[in-house]
Amino acid sequence: MKNHVLRPLWVVLAGIALLLVVRHFLVPSDFGVEEGGNFTYNYHRLSSIDDWKNFKVKYRGKQYCQECHEENVESLLDSPHEIIECENCHGPAIDHPDNPETLAIDTSRAQCLRCHTYLPYPTSQRSELPGINPQDHNPGENCVDCHNPHNPDLENM
Amino acid sequence: MSCSRRDFIKNTFKTTLASTLPLSAFKMLSPAEVKAYTGDSSIRWVFLVDTQKCVGCGLCVKACKKENEIPYDPPITRTWVERYVLMKNGQAHIESPYGGRDGYTETKIRENEIPPEQIAKGFFVPKLCNQCKKPACVQVCPVGATYQTQDGVVLVDRKWCIGCGYCIMACPYGMRFFHPIHKVAEKCTFCYHRIKNGMKTACVQNCPFGARRIGNLKDPNDPVTKVIMTERVSVLKDEYGTKPQVYYIGLDTNVR
Amino acid sequence: MSVENIVGQGGEHLVVHGLEWTAKELFTYPNEFIYWSIQIVMYPYMTGLVAGAFVLSSLYHVFGQQDLKTIARFSLVFSLALLPVAMMPLQFHLQQPLRGMNVMFTPHFTSAIAAFGIVFSTYAVIVLSEIWFVYRKFFVDQIEILKGKEGAVDRFKYYLYLLLSLGAFDTSDAAVAKDKKAVKILAGIGIPVACFLHGYAGFIFGSVKANALWMSPLMPVIFIMSAVVSGIALCMLTYIIIMEFKKWSAIIAKGKGDESVQVIAGAELDVITKTSRYLLGFLIAAITLELLDLIFRGYTAMKSWDILRSVMYGKDFIHIFVMQYGIGNLLPFIMLLVPGLSIRRVFFALIFVLFGVFMMRWNVVIGGQAFSLSFAGYMHYHMPIIPHNMETYKEGLFGALTVFATPFALFWVINKVTPSLEYK
Repeated sequence: MKNHVLRPLWVVLAGIALLLVVRHFLVPSDFGVEEGGNFTYNYHRLSSIDDWKNFKVKYRGKQYCQECHEENVESLLDSPHEIIECENCHGPAIDHPDNPETLAIDTSRAQCLRCHTYLPYPTSQRSELPGINPQDHNPGENCVDCHNPHNPDLENM
Repeated sequence: MSCSRRDFIKNTFKTTLASTLPLSAFKMLSPAEVKAYTGDSSIRWVFLVDTQKCVGCGLCVKACKKENEIPYDPPITRTWVERYVLMKNGQAHIESPYGGRDGYTETKIRENEIPPEQIAKGFFVPKLCNQCKKPACVQVCPVGATYQTQDGVVLVDRKWCIGCGYCIMACPYGMRFFHPIHKVAEKCTFCYHRIKNGMKTACVQNCPFGARRIGNLKDPNDPVTKVIMTERVSVLKDEYGTKPQVYYIGLDTNVR
Repeated sequence: MSVENIVGQGGEHLVVHGLEWTAKELFTYPNEFIYWSIQIVMYPYMTGLVAGAFVLSSLYHVFGQQDLKTIARFSLVFSLALLPVAMMPLQFHLQQPLRGMNVMFTPHFTSAIAAFGIVFSTYAVIVLSEIWFVYRKFFVDQIEILKGKEGAVDRFKYYLYLLLSLGAFDTSDAAVAKDKKAVKILAGIGIPVACFLHGYAGFIFGSVKANALWMSPLMPVIFIMSAVVSGIALCMLTYIIIMEFKKWSAIIAKGKGDESVQVIAGAELDVITKTSRYLLGFLIAAITLELLDLIFRGYTAMKSWDILRSVMYGKDFIHIFVMQYGIGNLLPFIMLLVPGLSIRRVFFALIFVLFGVFMMRWNVVIGGQAFSLSFAGYMHYHMPIIPHNMETYKEGLFGALTVFATPFALFWVINKVTPSLEYK
């Protein structure tokens, strides 16, 4: 009689072997520690980094807009709003003008109040921005009804 | 019975050996052989936040959400801006409604009117993933779904993450969350898809006031690196030993 | 915040995990929610029951505590019923449950959870092996008995026992002696592995430096002690219920004065009295460590102490001091020490103990998320009671009840294959 005592061990080893076989098929072949890295911080599927590199870019930046919308951009650059990106109010360009054909412009009061609600904070640049009290200054109205966002100084209108 | 005891020692030895097999298999079969170009080691990304310049407009938060396809309405976000209003009597009002996504358009904080003459200090603190040099979140991932790139950015493999949430619990800065659609861990990636192609991150580009800047710590001529090396800067919660790589100008002791 | 039904741009229902059952107060970081909720409380609780049941069984097999013989076999089989249930809370909790096996495929060993997966698998193997050695002779005997039988159930059982015997048909005294030796060795190895297992569960929490309540080197040891307490208590409790059932069956069949009733009752009280001594020992160890942790924190008063104190002495005072320490520790302690122990008194003491251990897990997991990382705000956990979607079922009361009920259902099935309830 062969020693039956080791039988559970064979079952365990078979289980481990099965696990390794399944693992071979289910785990991507480029899983591991990248060259020069360590197990603690660099253990991963190496091609994951390409997934992130290939993520779609949405915001193009002012120079991209300038290629076609020169007049608007020039006007903006001549005003205190030159520091603002077109896409801050016009939304990300993505593949405009192909997709989307037009960009939805945020002309809401809330958009302007982001900077122009006056907040009296001594240690912040916020208190140096020209601002209003939204409850006093034409409450409920859209700022763009009077102020041109590309050239907001009322005297220049 | 001596026969049985010997068998048992053999048994235990074999089991131990057998269980090291899966471990060594990971190294033997491992893709150390796959020498994929994974990152540039001449770059170490570093971020600089100037809290003097931040006005709390929240355009960075909005831009981040749109650039990185984070659902706009839910209260989760890869980056946020906190408002601090510190009164002369020592009381501190701190908030970050929806991460400051809509900017700060009210003087009221949590329905409390704040008398302006009693304000001692008021300022805004933008926060984002610190892309730590020793990220606790990577250390605790049970499956290797999150990792650090050679140029210092911590990323999540959306296809491998099991959604256990351990990394979320381990981050001392509260940067991580579950993506409501992908149902995996999610965090700021320093807009890796942008910076690898020569662009700035969405938040850096869209900040009108230059409160956010990104640079390469390994380039001594990088303007951000120069500030970090020559001016007084600080980091958040350095007592945790994570070695965060987001530096701050103008941080206050009240900043959480 | 009532934004549960947020619809995304594509029309899909967006569920921000944790939003529905988290109420935030004062300043918390935007992404903070109670991510680890009821199922993460259940997970160490169920694995603790496994470990504790096994340790109880091992006390008989390794140290030859003869008084524990009857309960030992039962608790071994019950720990087998508890084993698969230990995985259930995780499957309910994971945002990607189908990827759960990734932990076995690419374990990142710097993570306590990955290591726990391996240790738990080892532990499962030990329990299964030990049961095999305990029941091998029974399997072979059953094969003989069922050999000629015709009925469908009998045929099924015949082949099942054939498979389970792994072809080891020798039931000579020498072979059976080998079995007993194997059981002793496995039970002996099993005790440190059970400690390791629960040490790891404690390490999962204790090593999270970001969490001011969890971060403590005492966590692994506290978890081990309370796991053993809960395991012993559950085994004793189930044993009492079963013995009482048998006693009442005997009374109905043969009348109250019958000798068999006295035998059952006497054996029951004897076993229970002796087992409760062990329970008391571990209970003392558990409470000592927890009080040490608390006192230490209060004395050193680190940065987090202000918010921790407001949580522990304020918001969670009833959960911690009344429910866990009071009802869950002090009360059963007194009940078990007062002389003239009766089955009824032990029964209630055990329920309080099990409740206390559950509250300990609750106070660690939920308590650790009751305060914000900012140390300037709080989060309240409102466990979903009536589920209205998968998420509120899985991470709610009914999910927890499903997990808690399953081992009993499994035990009923397993007990038909490996019967463990004969009494002497």
